[in-house]
Amino acid sequence: MLPRWLAVLMLLFSGAAFADVADVYDFDSAQQEERFQSLIEELRCPKCQNQNIADSNAPIARDMRDEAYRMMRDGASEDQIVDSLVARFGEFILYKPAVEKRTILLWATPFIAVFGGLLVVIGVVVRSRQSGQKAPALSAEEKARAAQILDGDEQDNRS
Amino acid sequence: MKRVLLFLPLVVALVLGVVLFAGIGKDTTTLESALIGKPVPAFTLADLHDAGLERSNDVLKGKVQLLNVWGTWCPACRDEHPDLLRLAKEKGVSIVGLNYKDNREDALVWLNRLGDPYSTSLYDPKGTLGFDLGVYGAPETFVIDAGGVVRYRHVGVVNQQVWEETLLPVINEAKGNG
Repeated sequence: MLPRWLAVLMLLFSGAAFADVADVYDFDSAQQEERFQSLIEELRCPKCQNQNIADSNAPIARDMRDEAYRMMRDGASEDQIVDSLVARFGEFILYKPAVEKRTILLWATPFIAVFGGLLVVIGVVVRSRQSGQKAPALSAEEKARAAQILDGDEQDNRS
Repeated sequence: MKRVLLFLPLVVALVLGVVLFAGIGKDTTTLESALIGKPVPAFTLADLHDAGLERSNDVLKGKVQLLNVWGTWCPACRDEHPDLLRLAKEKGVSIVGLNYKDNREDALVWLNRLGDPYSTSLYDPKGTLGFDLGVYGAPETFVIDAGGVVRYRHVGVVNQQVWEETLLPVINEAKGNG
């Protein structure tokens, strides 16, 4: 059993374990650090495939972070960094694939689904309105009979 | 017409089912190399056996060769080592070794003890060429044609089956039009 004061001390400093990866690099400005952090969160690790390179501890993810950092320090733009990494590892590393002919269906699917759903809803609404209007009107004979029944009810109630 | 429309959800469900079922069990861990059809990135690395000897892209030109990425820290590399030896000795396949993120002494001990299947060995302790090649896990084996262009990348162990079904056809094709 740990002495209580030691446990409290350990808890106090446990926050450091959750520090951003970007903290191990030196940046010119907080803004640059933010750019770097958001960039490495957008890139997927080819080794541990459900992690981004910011979260992954794989050596390859570290190499990719180092390269991104080096390029950013050299004044490269986000696009240039992403392009140079994609040239090595392929589009697989992009969580956000580029919009192009091959990926257009991927990007369009949500819109197609929403549009299709709208069409169905509109169809259902329009049809139910139409069927409401087209409810067969009572013929003169039926109206007379209805009036008779209603009158009859009234008379029954009075008596 | 209305009746037909009622079957639309069923059709959509069936199509989705077929598409998703086709994806089950697919190996998503092996990625196609981004460098296929492109030349091997320019490099200058020391020879593994001779620290004073500088090697460049020339060692990957002139004939169809395999480029095998390995390290002594990689258990799967040990698994494939006998197969590489067999390919080099019995089938006369030219294999260039890329010792990746390793240290020279360990690598030389490994080759002395287990045998050396490589016609040329490159020493890449920092993994620079490996990084440029998009290596994300050893062992990886590239098929390089006579012009120094990457034709194929196999991620994982090379064994008899991989050789016959995957690498050999690519090599034959590379020999055919290269």
